[in-house]
Amino acid sequence: MRSESSIRDQAAIVGTGQTRFSKSLGLSEYEMAVEAIFAACEDAGISPREIDGLVRYDMEQTDEEQLLSVLGNPLLRFFAGTGWGGGGSASVLVVAATAITAGMADTILVYRSRARGKQSSYGKDPKQGGRYWEKLATALPGLNQWHVPQGLVSAFQEMAMLSMRHRIDHGTTDDHYADVAIAFREHAMRNPNAVMRAPLTREDHHASRMIADPLRLFDCNIETDGAVAFIVTSAERARDLRQPPAVILAGAMAAGSHHIRLSTMFERSWEEDSPVRVAKQLYEMAGVKPREIGAAFFYDFFTSLVIIALEQYGFAPRGEGGPFAADGGLSWQGGRLPCNTNGGQLSEAFIHGFNNTSEAVRQIRGTSTSQVEGCDLVLVAGGNTDPTGAVILRRA
Amino acid sequence: MATHEDIRAPGARPSEPSRGEVPSPRDDHLTRSLPLPQPSQDNAAFYAATARGELRLQRCTPCRRFRHYPRPACPYCLSRDFTWEPSSGHGTVYTWTIVRGPTLPAFQDKLPYNVVDVLLDEGVHFVSEVLDCPPEEIRAGMPVEATFVPVTDEITLVKFRRCA
Repeated sequence: MRSESSIRDQAAIVGTGQTRFSKSLGLSEYEMAVEAIFAACEDAGISPREIDGLVRYDMEQTDEEQLLSVLGNPLLRFFAGTGWGGGGSASVLVVAATAITAGMADTILVYRSRARGKQSSYGKDPKQGGRYWEKLATALPGLNQWHVPQGLVSAFQEMAMLSMRHRIDHGTTDDHYADVAIAFREHAMRNPNAVMRAPLTREDHHASRMIADPLRLFDCNIETDGAVAFIVTSAERARDLRQPPAVILAGAMAAGSHHIRLSTMFERSWEEDSPVRVAKQLYEMAGVKPREIGAAFFYDFFTSLVIIALEQYGFAPRGEGGPFAADGGLSWQGGRLPCNTNGGQLSEAFIHGFNNTSEAVRQIRGTSTSQVEGCDLVLVAGGNTDPTGAVILRRA
Repeated sequence: MATHEDIRAPGARPSEPSRGEVPSPRDDHLTRSLPLPQPSQDNAAFYAATARGELRLQRCTPCRRFRHYPRPACPYCLSRDFTWEPSSGHGTVYTWTIVRGPTLPAFQDKLPYNVVDVLLDEGVHFVSEVLDCPPEEIRAGMPVEATFVPVTDEITLVKFRRCA
């Protein structure tokens, strides 16, 4: 169902910018943010002073105040943050499109700058670079008191438990995980910006050390520094700008209860799970079916979660995400669904999902190093935990 | 009964750098001591019970359903009337992982260790650990029962053991 005030087709990504990606860049998050933002403005052919809206992660450390002073003091009239980590990586675009549709701003900056290399810590706060989970408080008043004292301290351990349950229910195997890791590594090998470009075999995957059963090293995203920025404007104005626009055909967000509180997540039905709800809302707004999607970008923090996303977003029946990924199912060339053609967060970089969105825009522009033929519609999904969001981009 | 030595981190390294070493900011900020719950009014009754060696859960008065973690309203019927009722302490392993590292320094010396999601007979999920169970013997569906591990005067953690 589509109301007059729908965000459908109202906004477009018209500029993208990024820093280099590396396990350690030695740059501050502020510096990286500015580099990516200037690059995005130049790509769009606009001045940073034209920015009048801003959407960021609420955990982003480079805030409005810091940015305005280095962007030539643009006259900001809309600003917002989306919550809850990687689940929000596409929600920022949904919020930007909503603001554009409502006329709250014309030129919206969306960005993420992250010193997430494991040695890139620069302060005591878990949000200040490096591994957030190594800097937890020792007195836990919040909901993490129910699992951290038991030794479940980080996302990779929490997701290991979700992934294990998927194996118990559906028989997903190490080979399925390897299929995802290898497909994305092959994409990274074709991408000069990718951090991990050495060939990866099934044997390499299976021989990599177990981090938290069933997740091995090569099932986990890499730990890198970098920043990515986008300029979003109205679809109408996009027609007059420098780049072929990536029109935001549809967008959706959902929240149920937080994924890491396993105690509440497992009490919900599959249909109530936020990624499943986002998929339904998204396809409904877009008026498209999963089989019409040319390429998909899932939040590949772990191979197993890509397999689960394939099911949640309707590409594979429930429990059959693993077989879907097998035999090159996710490959840019001849795959059932080309996915994460940049190498994703498993092999290109881990910029909280934003580097995947960059590549989604390249697929729409036709400039990917692993360009999918006839790629008119691209799905970009945030971390498929809870809460989450997703968009479908299309060629103009 | 297990003692806190089983779960504390005796090997947690002191945060003082040795003479002549320049600490990196990263090392300086690591959490080295065991992170513990900080009880609040919403869950004080839970911790008071565990300190007595009892597992008590909130149970909704009108709809009779149990819930965990503690909260002031029932997620099913929205009633704010509840009592704290004893749990049987029995359940089965619903899902699990073996943490092999990296992990927090506080848990470093116990690697590898298991973390389990126990589906209690009362129908609620509870994240914990199965004591005295080698990693290769953890199984989904494994029956377990609650046991209590005092860590401080205020905090007793609920752990589990295998049972028939």
